[in-house]
Amino acid sequence: MSPWRERLRQLSRYPSAIAGMGMIAVLVAIAIYAVVAIPYGQALELWRGGEPWRLNPVNAGPVWVDRLFGGDMPRTIVVDSDEAEVEEERFDGGRMVRIPLEFDYESTGFPSGINLFVRSAFEESEPFVRMTWHRPDGEEIQLGGRAMSRQDRVSFSQDWTLERRLGEVAHVALFAVPDEQFERAQPGEYGLTLDAILFEEDAEIAAELVVYGRVHGIAGTDHQRRDLMVALLWGTPVALSFGLLAAVGTTITTLIIAAAGVWYGRWVDAVIQRLTEVNMILPLLPILVMVGTLYSTSIWLMLGVVIALGIFSAGIKMYRAMLLPMREAPYIEAARAYGAGNARIILRYMIPRILPVLIPTFVTLIPTFVFLEASLALLGLGDPVLPTWGKVLNDAQAQSALYHGFYYWVIAPAVLLMFTGLGFAMLGFALDRIFNPRLRAV
Amino acid sequence: MSLAGAPSASRTGRLRDARRLALFTVKRVIALFLTVLVGVYLAIIIANMGGQVDELRMAQIRANISEQVRGDPGFFELPQQERNELVERQIALEVERLNLDQPFILRSVDYLRQAIFLDLGRAEQMHSDHGSRQVYNIIVERLPATLLLFGTANFLVFFTSVFIALALSRRYGSALDRAVIALAPSSAAPGWFYGIFFILVFAFVIPILPAGGMVDVPPPEGTLDYALSILRHMLLPLAAMFVSTIFISIYSWRTFFLIHSSEDYVEMARAKGLPSRMIERRYILRPTLSPIITSFALMLIGLWSGAIILEQVFAWPGLGTLLFQAIGHRDTPVIIGGVVIFAYLLAVTVFLLDILYAVLDPRVRIGTD
Repeated sequence: MSPWRERLRQLSRYPSAIAGMGMIAVLVAIAIYAVVAIPYGQALELWRGGEPWRLNPVNAGPVWVDRLFGGDMPRTIVVDSDEAEVEEERFDGGRMVRIPLEFDYESTGFPSGINLFVRSAFEESEPFVRMTWHRPDGEEIQLGGRAMSRQDRVSFSQDWTLERRLGEVAHVALFAVPDEQFERAQPGEYGLTLDAILFEEDAEIAAELVVYGRVHGIAGTDHQRRDLMVALLWGTPVALSFGLLAAVGTTITTLIIAAAGVWYGRWVDAVIQRLTEVNMILPLLPILVMVGTLYSTSIWLMLGVVIALGIFSAGIKMYRAMLLPMREAPYIEAARAYGAGNARIILRYMIPRILPVLIPTFVTLIPTFVFLEASLALLGLGDPVLPTWGKVLNDAQAQSALYHGFYYWVIAPAVLLMFTGLGFAMLGFALDRIFNPRLRAV
Repeated sequence: MSLAGAPSASRTGRLRDARRLALFTVKRVIALFLTVLVGVYLAIIIANMGGQVDELRMAQIRANISEQVRGDPGFFELPQQERNELVERQIALEVERLNLDQPFILRSVDYLRQAIFLDLGRAEQMHSDHGSRQVYNIIVERLPATLLLFGTANFLVFFTSVFIALALSRRYGSALDRAVIALAPSSAAPGWFYGIFFILVFAFVIPILPAGGMVDVPPPEGTLDYALSILRHMLLPLAAMFVSTIFISIYSWRTFFLIHSSEDYVEMARAKGLPSRMIERRYILRPTLSPIITSFALMLIGLWSGAIILEQVFAWPGLGTLLFQAIGHRDTPVIIGGVVIFAYLLAVTVFLLDILYAVLDPRVRIGTD
């Protein structure tokens, strides 16, 4: 084991190798954290979108970026009727309920939307709710009234009659400083009072007012209100395992095939050589695209195709050149003399000899496959259920994130991709100089 | 050897060289053609595995025939049912004519023939800008854009990196040399990745270059303006490809030259006191040309396959974007056509480099293999 320890010692002399290993360690830590914190099933469920995210804003940037540039963009405020002081008044055959939903608004930036979620329990007749908006200066704005079903949602920001009446979208008009042309929001105490009339004795009503902010969490949210953190976290184990499996799969199979070709020689070798040439002509990406379009975009199928097409890759020629002189080596002759079989010679005597040379190639291959997965996702052929970095980029691209100025949406997954690529590449390059004897002198 | 005999000897030598080169070319063309044949056949098998190609052709036949029958004034008088029967009869005939009732193995040969002769059939949804529905026309219309962009990028990267690598190998260990080594890992990211950043910076933060496309809208009059507009649109994708490949190529060629410049015959030339330019050209560059070309070929192949995404990111109207649109439309004939064209492009690349290889490598000319 001492040559390995020697190499490790040499490796520690390259700052880039140390940095690369550090970056890989960080990624592995993130991957483990993601898998532990958000179990697989839950991650898929979350990424499917919809209900779990109804309290998140659409396309909100990360909080820390906004604060870093001195902004005070609002976060999302949720006011629940369970915490409000509800007044009740009974009348014959029903009740009148007044629910004041009050909150403190601290930002001068406008929120990105207002929704009211109402849950009610009743037998037959729906409760009727009248809504009044209270501004910090004491002004009251009537927001109309309507009957509420059991699970109802009032989207003030999409109420066009309201918008026409107020002169601006509701979430801007309701927060604007008076007498200014909707330029900034007024901080202070706001409130939405719900006057509900329940037409049954034991009917119930509860409400949740959501004032969507413009910033959210560490990573922000996408167009479906999903927290990007889920995809950024879960993208790490997916990317690492895809890269690692694809790299292992292609290098090991290629190596075994190359060794077999060299050992058996003659027609086996010739066939392998010709297959390598055919494989060189086969365009990997278009074929992946075709498979993805015609069958399925499952990441495991893609992995299988990548490995299958990678078996006869150009690497075979390189390994062949390295293995050829070994065929006649005395130690192989010795192995033959004690009666070692073909498989034993290939697997136990030939392959281990060139494994060290392979390690750098292997490490530098990993990011190639990580980016391949991202490339496929960018083309819309990402795994249908898994949250990956590439899919985040694809969503961002499809929603013209750069055009709309949602830079965080593109930069976060891109930085993670780059981080992975650099980490492995830096380690790989240092390893190359240590394991490749011809380079060591240079 | 007498002086008088020298010219004729060199003439016969050249003749012999030409003959060997021709033989080599023919051999390579045949070998590569067989390779393409196998490659396309594999692509057809992949595409057919789920019976997709058959379904596609059946649908096409059905559409064509019902269109024909419905459009023929001679059949206007027929009642609906009889017309349907007629359609079914015609479809059965057509299926028989195209051998669709035969097993796939026999038919796959037929598909192969069509694909090889680029008789790719009609697209399902897409059409070329001139309105043609033929997959061949659609593809041929996009090909020049791809060739222009990727051809330029490849040559730029190749020549720049070889020259810089030569210069660096002469004074390795210098600050510049170490900077290049430090930057080499940046090539782990593909071109489209840098493309996204370049678009962000040069098209949105500092809007000086167009974010995508190939020419201005509306296209400028005059040929010169048109070319300038294309050039402006090419800058960002070129830069993206350049940045993503340049450092790794410089790094690998620098290392390669360094290894070769420590060979004994180079040391010998140095000891003789030959000028360094001559050592570089005759003793380092010349014997290493063939491996350089091989690695250039591999790089080209890598770039071709990367075309799809880079073009999509930059909305460059080439083959890659076409393939991307075809995915969107699920237009299988176009997708298969795209794969065939990429296979051909790769084969042509390999072929051209093989020939260059033969011209440069004396062993091929002399006939030792």
